[in-house]
Amino acid sequence: MLAKRIIPCLDIKNGEVVKGTRFEGLRIAGNPIELAKRYNDELADELMFLDITASHEKRKTILKLVEEISKNIFIPFSVGGGISDVEDIRNLLNSGADKVSINTAAVLKPDLIDIAAKKFGSSTIVIAIDAKKVGEEYFVFTYGGRNNTGINAIEWAKEVYNRGAGEILLTSMDRDGTGSGYEINLTSSVVKSVKIPVIASGGAEDEADIEEVFVKAGAGAALAASIFHYKKTGIIPIKKYLKSKGIQVRL
Amino acid sequence: MKKNIVIIDYGMGNLKNVRNAVGYVGYEADISDNYRDIKNASHLILPGVGGFQDAMRTLKQKGLVEPIKDAINGGKNFLGICLGMQLLFETSEEFGCSEGLAILKGKVVRFDEDKTPLIPHIGWNDIKILKRTNKYPTTAGTDDMFFYFLHSYYCLPEEDITVAVCDYYGEFAACVQKDNIFACQFHPEKSHNAGLALLRNFIAG
Repeated sequence: MLAKRIIPCLDIKNGEVVKGTRFEGLRIAGNPIELAKRYNDELADELMFLDITASHEKRKTILKLVEEISKNIFIPFSVGGGISDVEDIRNLLNSGADKVSINTAAVLKPDLIDIAAKKFGSSTIVIAIDAKKVGEEYFVFTYGGRNNTGINAIEWAKEVYNRGAGEILLTSMDRDGTGSGYEINLTSSVVKSVKIPVIASGGAEDEADIEEVFVKAGAGAALAASIFHYKKTGIIPIKKYLKSKGIQVRL
Repeated sequence: MKKNIVIIDYGMGNLKNVRNAVGYVGYEADISDNYRDIKNASHLILPGVGGFQDAMRTLKQKGLVEPIKDAINGGKNFLGICLGMQLLFETSEEFGCSEGLAILKGKVVRFDEDKTPLIPHIGWNDIKILKRTNKYPTTAGTDDMFFYFLHSYYCLPEEDITVAVCDYYGEFAACVQKDNIFACQFHPEKSHNAGLALLRNFIAG
């Protein structure tokens, strides 16, 4: 049986991890390789690196970092943040990334999904959707959550699936950073609308939240940052808990 | 015996990741599309991500079909990964019907859309070891272990060569072994300790 995946997310700025610096006992907190290695040893199933470097020139540092990661980490990893064209995707994949995660550029140029999926294979293309509830509807937000596109999130998920996306990384902006659990309603609606895995993100506080998003919403993977960066609980205890609840995990 | 490991370069997928993993377990591997390197190798690895037809076309264009067949017939240790496993068989359903290297008897088929809710099969799946040979213990120490899969097609061998199966809405061949050939549908280079153990076992063999 296919295992449910646990995916720690590392935010990278100018080649350094910017979240996770307060992780207790983590000595080289700013070094993405060290943190990635640690998660790798703790049986993370995959890693997500989100490059939030603002300056275009400094963005080249991410390629070097990706090369370094691929020499040290032997699990799949995705890289996202600031990807705007086929060239960006090619550079990241050639540097050793297994997948790329595209957000704003996919909304601005939806054809990029079709082109990239054909060129590099659907399995390398993750489309990140930042969704927020406005009234009774979920809308897609771009530019790091600053801009409401007015596009319905469920409809957008269907569209990216039809255009050849391999996976959807779905972040609930309402839950992100709150620790109040994943947005089950949103996640479940997207899972039911597409035939590709959905990675749930935003709101995880503990193992029960992860269990809920797997069992109630049908997510294929759970992504989290702060519970791994800040809390004492690790991936292995979470997986042991999930296994005790009858959920298939890699242990 | 000195290990001379060659990763066959035919323009498909990220070969560097395989070399990195081989390097991590303590060996050096060359990435090459030169038939002389293939001839001189002690261990050959045929990796691959991508389309079956494109892969065969490139192997033919680069004049690698005969050197690969000669190497396998000559008894070199051979590891096929993912597409590199599928290429060993006679035909693939991908884009109608494509001819493979036909070193192993059988064909490559797509997951049944009606029975399989999510295609491709992406992620960590456990495998069940069916057979073990002391001569070629590539899967030693990997019982009940999870490996990373990423594929829409799988192999249907017509000989009794399946040594491990994977259950994804039905069982399919996860690993096959015949004489000096070992091939796996998953990606050992992305399968953490289980995958690194498999690579180490292969190279030690």
